[in-house]
Amino acid sequence: MGDNFRWETFFDALPIVLQGLGVTVGLTFACFGFALLFGFVWIFFRRIPNKLIVSIVTWVMEFIRSTPPLVQLFFVYYALPVVPVIGVTLEPFTCAILAIGIHYSTYIGEIYRSGIESVDKGQWEASIALNFSTMDKWRRIILPQAIPPTIPMLGNYFIIMFKEVPLASIIGVTGILAMANSYGALNFAYLEPLTIVGIIFLLLSYPSSILIKKLEVKMNTRFDKNVLLEKAKKKSIPDMNLKESDRIV
Amino acid sequence: MSNVLTENKKNSVSLSTEPIVKYLDVKKSFGDTHVLKGINLEIRPGEKIAVIGPSGSGKTTIIRMLMTLEEPTSGDIIVNGKNLWKMEKNGQLVKANEKHIREVRGDIGMVFQHFNLFPHMTILENCMAAPIHVKKENKDEVRERSIKMLERVGLGTKLDFYPSQLSGGQKQRVAMARALVMRPKIMLFDEVTSALDPELVGEVLEVIRDIAENDDMAMVLVTHEMEFALDIADKVLFLDQGVIAEQGTANEVLVDSKNERVQSFLKRFRKA
Amino acid sequence: MIIISAIIEITPQLLRGLGITISVLLASAIIAYIVAFVAGLSRVSNNVILNKATGVYVEVFRGTSLIVQLFWLYYAIPMLFGIQLGSNWWTGVIAIGLNYGAYLSEVVRGSILAVDKGQTEAAIALNMSRYQRMRLIILPQAVRMMLPEFGNYTIQIMKATSLVSLIGMRDILYYGDIMRSTNLSQAPLIYVIVLFIYFILALPFIWLTRKGETIAKKGVVS
Repeated sequence: MGDNFRWETFFDALPIVLQGLGVTVGLTFACFGFALLFGFVWIFFRRIPNKLIVSIVTWVMEFIRSTPPLVQLFFVYYALPVVPVIGVTLEPFTCAILAIGIHYSTYIGEIYRSGIESVDKGQWEASIALNFSTMDKWRRIILPQAIPPTIPMLGNYFIIMFKEVPLASIIGVTGILAMANSYGALNFAYLEPLTIVGIIFLLLSYPSSILIKKLEVKMNTRFDKNVLLEKAKKKSIPDMNLKESDRIV
Repeated sequence: MSNVLTENKKNSVSLSTEPIVKYLDVKKSFGDTHVLKGINLEIRPGEKIAVIGPSGSGKTTIIRMLMTLEEPTSGDIIVNGKNLWKMEKNGQLVKANEKHIREVRGDIGMVFQHFNLFPHMTILENCMAAPIHVKKENKDEVRERSIKMLERVGLGTKLDFYPSQLSGGQKQRVAMARALVMRPKIMLFDEVTSALDPELVGEVLEVIRDIAENDDMAMVLVTHEMEFALDIADKVLFLDQGVIAEQGTANEVLVDSKNERVQSFLKRFRKA
Repeated sequence: MIIISAIIEITPQLLRGLGITISVLLASAIIAYIVAFVAGLSRVSNNVILNKATGVYVEVFRGTSLIVQLFWLYYAIPMLFGIQLGSNWWTGVIAIGLNYGAYLSEVVRGSILAVDKGQTEAAIALNMSRYQRMRLIILPQAVRMMLPEFGNYTIQIMKATSLVSLIGMRDILYYGDIMRSTNLSQAPLIYVIVLFIYFILALPFIWLTRKGETIAKKGVVS
């Protein structure tokens, strides 16, 4: 192991570690996209009006969520190819998408559920009273209200997944952590490249989390009187007829 | 109160017309609680019915079943000659599917206690959504009709407002306009003033009175606004412990009734 | 039948790592809890320096990835302190404890801030000191709210203990990997058993989390 932290090594390692950034970010987007889609699968099964199916699905979700993603990753990478009949060998990158994507889809599914449940019961009743079809009810009434409040939560999970993605370096996905480790192995200096990895994560995730906090405030107040008033002022829509007296504090 | 009761009805409905809705021995229980214990009721076109009675007597459940928000435990509800909750399939009566229910409930509209306006739409969009997407009507025609309706309820200047920008009374008036643009043959009002601040009740009642006097649809009002309901109602139902304990004209139920429960209910009300 | 005998054969092999998994879990959870309260209370204190310094700690540990922190500490601890810090066990426990301590400190902070303002005002009206208000009035209410999140994060900590196999600790996953490398055809069964062992470890915390949710609800409804 090297002796001390050296800036020389730091700048030597920087371009090499950065080569992995594309893979790390790309894998994050791929895992997140997969989790977003697979989250719907959970929701779909949990809305089937059959208690047995619902409780089985609930326990499967709980199982996936409560066991280490690292083990799940190893399962997909090492075990899946030798599973009889359905066994397939997949690229490390694909393995990571499957393992991390499915792991987090159980959280994403819960977020979808909370979004749907946050829609007031009266909204479902009003859709019935106005005789909307099931399709229109979801499309025009329920989802437009259920989705916006979940966006900040989904954004948070995007950041969480970004930080989980370096796990894939263990099975050989060449993201920034793998690049740092291989630089370390070659030059016998790990601390500097790993510091770079830490800084990259910090630089990308901290501003994103601030952005998401702002988004959260925006989503929570999107029908707030005063916010709407400000908006109308900016656009100066004559139609709105908004008076200062309409402002309710 | 007395002058209200003795006043003649302006628009009595001839009883010879065929009923538009029939309840046939309708029962409803939630678990072990029997909310309705056999309701038989006819609603004729244009008839204005007030449903009164102590809370927990099942008043709201009666109209919620007609709106298909609750399913009856037993019995039938017939709308326009069609069974609301059941349909024929291979010569057998089976539980109605979504398509059948949507077809039958198309003539029914409802106004809720808590308004249930769609928060993500402006009030004009609230009115336009159902006629366009459910009845597939022409958008421009619907817009024009919706604006007229919102003007009628006194909100013509707030078309682009979102529900959150309105007072409770205004919201409830929008909810009524929203139901009216669907041109229902029966309008259900579920304690529409109960969630309002007292000073806002009047404006909502005015709109209901306007509808009752100028529109020819049937109306069923579940309400605690006793004097008002009796004033506009052709028929009063007094519901108690899951049965219709008394029914008739306002006079028959409120003045002549010998029913003890009606008496004590009214006594409590007059005091208040 | 073959499967059952395989399970009977594999499971005891894996359970050799149970001691390490549990000891890492308990130690890092305890560190995380202590750090969470110290950092969480610092974050609501009036001392600006303390407040800001803790803020930096929280953001750094939440902003970077646990696995990166683990590797970093693995190389940094001997280098920065010039000593081998005893063992990899400590490295794992410190990394997991500090990482989840940062997350949990936000839970502590959030719960304290979520206690109704009227409670503080009532305590002031009773002439309580700042310390008394926190200890007697605010914390007892805040702790109820924290319970479900502490349960959830304890499950996260349990899952994170599997990472110590990457720095050579002989936990359950380590033995699983060893067995898989000598007998690849058994890999599916080995990893499924590993997953089930972790799930069984998680069950008490899942149960406690649900229990905590009911307690939290009781505490909040006023």
